[in-house]
Amino acid sequence: MSLSEVFRRCKPLFVYICAGDPSPDETVEIAERITRAGADVLELGLPHSDPIADGPVIQAASQRAIAAGMNTDLYFDIASRIEGVPKVFMGYYNMVYRRGLERFASDCRASGICGMIVPDLPMEESRPLREAASRHGIDLINMIAPNTPDKRILEIISLSTGFVYLVARSGVTGASADLQESTKHLIERVPPVIPRAVGFGVSRPEHAAELLHAGADGVIVGSACVDLIGRNELDQLEDLIRRMKGAMSEVSVKSAASIQQS
Amino acid sequence: MGEISCEVRFGRYGGRFVPETLVQPLLELAEAFERLRADPEFLRELSTLMRDFAGRPTPLYRAENLSRALGRDVYLKREDLLHGGAHKINNTLGQSLLAKYMKKKRLIAETGAGQHGVATAIVGALLGFETEIYMGEVDIERQRMNVFRMELLGARVIPVRSGSRTLKDAINEALRDWAASYESTHYLLGTVAGPHPYPSMVREFQRIIGDETRSQILAEEKRLPDTIVACVGGGSNAMGIFTPFIDDGVRLIAVEAGGRGPGRGDRSAEHGASLSLGEPGVLHGAMTKILQDPYGQILESYSIAAGLDYPGVGPELAHLVETGRVETAMASDKTAIMGFKALSKLEGIIPALESAHAVGYAIEHPERLGELSVINISGRGDKDLHTVMAYESV
Repeated sequence: MSLSEVFRRCKPLFVYICAGDPSPDETVEIAERITRAGADVLELGLPHSDPIADGPVIQAASQRAIAAGMNTDLYFDIASRIEGVPKVFMGYYNMVYRRGLERFASDCRASGICGMIVPDLPMEESRPLREAASRHGIDLINMIAPNTPDKRILEIISLSTGFVYLVARSGVTGASADLQESTKHLIERVPPVIPRAVGFGVSRPEHAAELLHAGADGVIVGSACVDLIGRNELDQLEDLIRRMKGAMSEVSVKSAASIQQS
Repeated sequence: MGEISCEVRFGRYGGRFVPETLVQPLLELAEAFERLRADPEFLRELSTLMRDFAGRPTPLYRAENLSRALGRDVYLKREDLLHGGAHKINNTLGQSLLAKYMKKKRLIAETGAGQHGVATAIVGALLGFETEIYMGEVDIERQRMNVFRMELLGARVIPVRSGSRTLKDAINEALRDWAASYESTHYLLGTVAGPHPYPSMVREFQRIIGDETRSQILAEEKRLPDTIVACVGGGSNAMGIFTPFIDDGVRLIAVEAGGRGPGRGDRSAEHGASLSLGEPGVLHGAMTKILQDPYGQILESYSIAAGLDYPGVGPELAHLVETGRVETAMASDKTAIMGFKALSKLEGIIPALESAHAVGYAIEHPERLGELSVINISGRGDKDLHTVMAYESV
């Protein structure tokens, strides 16, 4: 299923996990549990030694995975074994560049990955990978941050397919207690000509509901889940996803009802 | 500062490979740098600080004893005589003044050996910034004296416990901090690496080394040198002295840390020679030559000189090496120790272990120096005495 199709069907919940944490086999099992619990898209991270956009939780998961022998070949092997859920690649540009852009995009396609998120690849540097991804029918997802000026937002959107990833706050990934007002403002500033999913700092069911209320088309949760995986609390992980998805469905039902009333 | 523009790319190297949050701060920084480098007031203030606070110009010293021993004329550019004991102060004065003009309140920096951290703490105290220095836990252990210096100067040293707990992880952590704090904070990156505009900005603040060398050698010898030798970690002292000579026929030799010799693979490279042995890739926001495994994970580098212990290098140097303008060489730990001792005994100058790589290489390969050469002594060796003592006792 393509990402556009996913967004046509629902307001999806994306769940990020780090491939190979705690081990390749367990990643496949965890992915199945996440899907059963209601995740609409799996964001599968390729661990990197120097993840500059990530906070302590995902950094630690990346280190655990690399120490356990994780590499790019294993990553695609894991990805091919996860079925029944749309998958998006998340990883740093050097890993992609090193394998070769064409080969990487082709491997994504072969293992059923439909989109790529590369957090250290801003618009200006992204053309070669965008072209390679497009040749293999894969969306390269652009990110928009709270400090991205309006004019640049329009330029980014004009290059985007699939969806745009709105970074909820300045800084790195990691769970936070509250959503900032600036996040809601950011959603308003991005014209709804392409689906807008929000990530960074999203960790609770009420965050997910708030974001949909504010107009987001999808929600991305990462560190909160990776933290539970790190502590081997997989029942709680399923529970969190179920509650997040539940909160999101409630908003969708309510907004559908209000549309019908009006 | 020269007229060369602030380049985004150097051939295929350079660029700006950073999270979207950092794009805007980098654009603002590039804009401020371009504007202020043409601002007479900024330039006057900087040049006064360079002269009266840092101690510029530094001498170009004709090393008689070394010259006699090698059978050719060798000059030393004495950056070790600067305040703080290394060339790092040129860049920190430039960037901190820039930060002051940009109305930032806080400086953050990364440090490996501690020299850049000390230089940042010095300018932070001078100009009244809140200053925080990221430093890997391993480096904190290795460089206790410099940690004490930074704290004495009023800076806070933040231990970095992620990754290899060394310089590269300190840079990651500083970038993460900056992504959340850029509105009030300037990230004072210490070398010609990182995303645009850092490689060209730091080069422009350091080229004063080469500009002075050029006029000094012309005044003394009425000609340019045949060769300039400089050590390379990230590459700031090398780019500083090389830049004004790029368009001339002067032979430019970049000496990297050969460490214990080419590595055994795995997670550690056992050397710091990214120009000689690295491959193209992206690290800390720039496309450059880096030490990496077949999948693109960054390898841990190694050198007896903490300042050369970095798995990347400035993108402009990668380009100059690829186009054949700069030659690379490696000096092992052993060669560096030999250079360290030889210069101390021959000239009464104890060089930093970093600079000792350049000295050691020159002594081992006098035939590559030509008749007239300059070696950049980028810093002084006081900070390295305990390292050399430990090496000797092994």
